[in-house]
Amino acid sequence: MKGIGASPGIAIGKAVVVEKKHPRLTGVILPGEREVQQEVRRFEQAVTMAVAEVKAVIDTLPADDGSTEVLEIQIELLQDEQIISDVVEKITSEHRNANDAVMEVIAAAVTTLHNLDDAYLRERAMDVEEAGNRILMELDPTLKPSDLIVAENTVLVGEDITPMDILSVDITKVIGLVTRTGGKTSHAAIVAKARGIPAVVGCGDALASVKSNDILIVDGGEGALVVNPTPEMLHEYTAKKKEFTSQANALGALKDTVAVTTDGVRVKLMANISNAADLEASFAFGAEGSGLLRTELLFMGRTTLPSEEEQFEFYKNVALQAKQKPVIVRTLDIGGDKPLPYLHLSAEQNPFLGYRAIRICLDRQDIFVTQLRAILRASAFGDLKIMFPMISNVSEIEQAKAIVENVKAALRSTATPFNAAIEVGIMIEIPSAAVMADLLAREVDFFSIGTNDLCQYTLAVDRMNEQVKHLYDPFNPGVLRLIQNVIEQGNKHHHHTGMCGEMAGDVTATLLLLGMGLREFSMSAASIPYVKNLILNTSITAAQEICRKAMSMRSASEITQYLQAVTKR
Amino acid sequence: MITHDYLITSAEGLHARPATNLIRLAKKYKSITSLKKGEKTVKLNSMLNILSLALKGGDTVTLIVEGEDETEAAAAIETFFKEELKNL
Repeated sequence: MKGIGASPGIAIGKAVVVEKKHPRLTGVILPGEREVQQEVRRFEQAVTMAVAEVKAVIDTLPADDGSTEVLEIQIELLQDEQIISDVVEKITSEHRNANDAVMEVIAAAVTTLHNLDDAYLRERAMDVEEAGNRILMELDPTLKPSDLIVAENTVLVGEDITPMDILSVDITKVIGLVTRTGGKTSHAAIVAKARGIPAVVGCGDALASVKSNDILIVDGGEGALVVNPTPEMLHEYTAKKKEFTSQANALGALKDTVAVTTDGVRVKLMANISNAADLEASFAFGAEGSGLLRTELLFMGRTTLPSEEEQFEFYKNVALQAKQKPVIVRTLDIGGDKPLPYLHLSAEQNPFLGYRAIRICLDRQDIFVTQLRAILRASAFGDLKIMFPMISNVSEIEQAKAIVENVKAALRSTATPFNAAIEVGIMIEIPSAAVMADLLAREVDFFSIGTNDLCQYTLAVDRMNEQVKHLYDPFNPGVLRLIQNVIEQGNKHHHHTGMCGEMAGDVTATLLLLGMGLREFSMSAASIPYVKNLILNTSITAAQEICRKAMSMRSASEITQYLQAVTKR
Repeated sequence: MITHDYLITSAEGLHARPATNLIRLAKKYKSITSLKKGEKTVKLNSMLNILSLALKGGDTVTLIVEGEDETEAAAAIETFFKEELKNL
């Protein structure tokens, strides 16, 4: 069964199904003013009781518990002055009883939030509904759920499990959570995450087949649910669970540790991302921003170019999500190998040596200007930097920078806010650029080394070609000399040099790159803890010695062998 | 009456958690406080009302404060928008 993975981890346990009793309209009309006054008081008492009950649960939680906030929001909704005055109004003017008045007011509020067409607010609608149900339970105690009997290793299963459902049972025995409705930011998911309980939400109607005492496997990372697994599956998931736990421990321990060598040199570890959502995951791995935001996804899978507004929203979202941490935005990097049908690029003999990336952008300035306007406008919302891919000479940088200046002037003329001091840098991925890094360094604020393309261009190897791909090796001494030159020239000109290719996340290369002087690594987020672990356990002096030795060796295999040996130590 | 425009700079906009704090802050003052986005104005005493404004990061919202302690109230809410909303 598939759902949405809301809190990662594997749980294997016994299902306890949480039954919900649904309130019905009573249809009662109050005969006179005296009854109306009584009913208003009865409603106010129900609110007070419901608030007290939530407060009682808060009191059982430690002060810094992540779930407290969720319950505080619940209290605020129970005491919501708009809801209260609407209910009282319904009782006094329409003579409805409190039960019906609450049901109708809550239903209207839920509809309002649903109609706003915002995933976050749809899930808040669930919270409003829960607040209503709490008041209704006080008005009609038969609606209260029967006490759940929770044994060790319980997986709670239900329509929508509320934070109160979870927190009012013996939480130490609940190891997993599965719901039919809800999404990633439902408060049940937040509570589960805060407590490290694996959770799968939004499983849909298929969940109805799960009965209490079924054996369940909850895979909160994948959003998968297995009901009454075979012995083989149990075995498989037990192993997966073990692996997850050991990884999570390692990750958790290093997440907030700053990457500093034993002799006090600070190294920046960043994540390569494709959208704003990737940032959250990256921060969980301890990323200090993004050294590469690919923008291709914005342009792919569609029939027309994305508009400036569309792009602006995308970059603005990234800037906001980054919360003042830097994000390097790479301008459009496409070509014959990943074509966009609506650009009508012709097929090429050698797409990797052809019309692509900055070459298209300088030719089709309409595309380039639109993208730059969107990035610059978004730069008002966070620390965005601009990076041009596929630079092979100085003139390309000059042209690209001139276009950036024109766009800035246009934005100024309309008083549109942007970061006037936005940094502009280039990818170093063409051998000519690596060789003349000294000349390029004067033109830009930063370099980022793209090892994948740099390696294939330097070695003249198409790594998709089975017959030659064995020649592709970033540890080839020639490639390493180019990388070393770029880092040295970058450092000499005092601007930051990063690396965003695969090599940056390869632990075999970490010590070597540190020794060369690289201080900024951008990689897939999951690699960050491993690279960080190495940095924390080495000194720059040792790394420089390793670099000196490796650079004296004659072949990639010799170098790799040596680096693997020193990395293990 | 004091009015002031604020740009919502937090990524999530004004979510339930900061909204809770904002309501509790506004309740400390006698003045009547409201938020206005576009054509819609809501009182700052209801979570439901604030959520229904659907404020997102990048939106501009107008704060309206009216009452005997409006200067103090507006100053406190200013601090909330400028400082706390970022750290929440």
